[in-house]
Amino acid sequence: MKKILDVKNLRVSFKTYAGENKAVRGVNFHLFEGETLAIVGESGCGKTVTSKSILRILPSPPALIHEDSQVFLEDRELTELSDAEMVNIRGSEISMIFQDPMTSLNPTMRIGDQIAESMIIHRGITRKEALNEVVNLLEMVGIPNPEARIKQYPHEFSGGMRQRAMIAIALACNPKILIADEPTTALDVTIQAQIMDLIKSLQKKLNTAVILVTHDLGVVAEVADRIQVMYAGEIVETGNSRDIFYRPKHPYTWALLKSVPKLGTENKSELYSLNGTPPDLLNPPKGCAFAARCEYCMNICRVKAPAFTDITEDHKAACWLMHPKAPTIDYKVESYTGGQTC
Amino acid sequence: MLEKQVLVEVKDLKKHFKVGRKKMLKAVDGVSFNIMHGETLGLVGESGCGKTTCGRTIMGLYEATDGQVTFKGQSVHGRKAKEKLELTKKMQIIFQDPYASLNPRMTVGDIICEGIDIHDMYRGEKRTKRMHELLDLVGLNHEHASRFPHEFSGGQRQRIGIARALAIEPEFIVCDEPISALDVSIQAQVVNLLIQLQEQLGLTYLFIAHDLSMVKHISDRVGVMYLGHMVELTGSESLYMKPLHPYTQALLSAIPEPDPDYSQSKERIQLDGEIPSPINPTDGCRFASRCSRVKEECHTETPLIKEVETDHFVACHLY
Repeated sequence: MKKILDVKNLRVSFKTYAGENKAVRGVNFHLFEGETLAIVGESGCGKTVTSKSILRILPSPPALIHEDSQVFLEDRELTELSDAEMVNIRGSEISMIFQDPMTSLNPTMRIGDQIAESMIIHRGITRKEALNEVVNLLEMVGIPNPEARIKQYPHEFSGGMRQRAMIAIALACNPKILIADEPTTALDVTIQAQIMDLIKSLQKKLNTAVILVTHDLGVVAEVADRIQVMYAGEIVETGNSRDIFYRPKHPYTWALLKSVPKLGTENKSELYSLNGTPPDLLNPPKGCAFAARCEYCMNICRVKAPAFTDITEDHKAACWLMHPKAPTIDYKVESYTGGQTC
Repeated sequence: MLEKQVLVEVKDLKKHFKVGRKKMLKAVDGVSFNIMHGETLGLVGESGCGKTTCGRTIMGLYEATDGQVTFKGQSVHGRKAKEKLELTKKMQIIFQDPYASLNPRMTVGDIICEGIDIHDMYRGEKRTKRMHELLDLVGLNHEHASRFPHEFSGGQRQRIGIARALAIEPEFIVCDEPISALDVSIQAQVVNLLIQLQEQLGLTYLFIAHDLSMVKHISDRVGVMYLGHMVELTGSESLYMKPLHPYTQALLSAIPEPDPDYSQSKERIQLDGEIPSPINPTDGCRFASRCSRVKEECHTETPLIKEVETDHFVACHLY
């Protein structure tokens, strides 16, 4: 498989009055053609900042991408491109679906024109030609009666329909990479299921690589090929979907998996819960960022940050428990299919 | 064991809002159920199905259009202000958004004790003592009392909201989506706290949420709402093991499960379209437009909720 995106040592910080908030602290990952990579983590862990810095759409200042950070789209280095060159990439090669379909559409523009906008800019076709294509596109994303719909404004669309329109905008120029930032968080479960199915089927049809940013492990289980778990601006574990769900190695991944009630768990039993809150990224801790909340914390965890240990070829975890001298801890996975333990 | 007593009785409750000329938004349209003493009744449904309106009308925060809510045999609606004050001593609510439901200009101590002051329950040293008790109960420090809401994280704010609700020793608490604004690991903290407080203080909850797996976890019985109607009401185990209403079946199959082998192999009942508008709804079953097993009578006759199996109530023409 071909690597289509390669992010190397991405560091992003925000200048605030209180100091420098190091939101993303040295993130490395890659994306293969046609695959779905999920970035999972709690709010404030840097997952949205990571995805927005790939497109360079964070306002700068206050956001600052460090000089030694590199983002390769095939053989081009995105952080070194000029703003004008970046414009050519956004929407045509990499596009993004935002979290909130209620606020990310322009309320004063007709839906048809909003979708046609990027086609007119990137492909240089006329408005009339573009609008013809928009009709097909809307049909593809499952909006009934598209000829009438393109003349409507966003407020005439429901939440699910707006998210479909957002997807149509993102796919208008047939991008190689689609970044979906919490695409279903604002939607109801039945609509969420519709939208996730739509993204899945379109991905198959168009062979687009998808970066799915979310905090919902259920959604991830359904669609992701590979998963990376982020905590306090760093990746703590990465692996394919089965590695993360059935053979997780990092205590934070364990905590995330254990704190969701499964339909099989006993009612009113105590749920596993993490104590405390994530660290303050104005002064990130010296050792492992998770040490303060980790129940397996050892002395070294507070002093030195752990490096990645390779468990298999693509399963990595950054935790001192992976060290040969560390105690082994058994983690059991509850499963519907039964008997799946690590 | 004692025979379970009915604490709250809701009978044919209706709440309609007027929106423009000749337009009625029927948010809650004829809902009946009982809440037993010491139990947790979950209320689930998609946004706009009327679950929050239902909770607020039960509390008496909205005046009901029709129908009755009785708390311990006393009617909640149509009372004088003084009588209502007495009644609200026993009923409290925890709101959805911990960022918007705390007054930013009041200290945490004053927020928690507002109910105590209104009902004039404790003063001076006793008030401080009670305040510290409450902070202990929800796992906050005593010195937090002099701080302001903006200094707290989402999970801590929700704890403040819970402490405020507990302040006047209520028997019944409406939890209106208390966890949907929180992160997964924090959600578990708050849910554990709610369960622990229920055991400790013998509280009764009406737990409103759209997160179905969390609702199953905390509730004894669960009611499913769709467009202002209650479509199914039964024990939480039997609802999830054996859902009868086509809407409940679709809703349950749409829950994404955090288990790749399971979720990629399971069959999903796909619901087409979206929830119709509750403004001037048509006759017949509200779910008829999206139901896969729709019959002719579904379009003309509204199905009544009836007991299909023991303690399993369904409103559907199939049964």
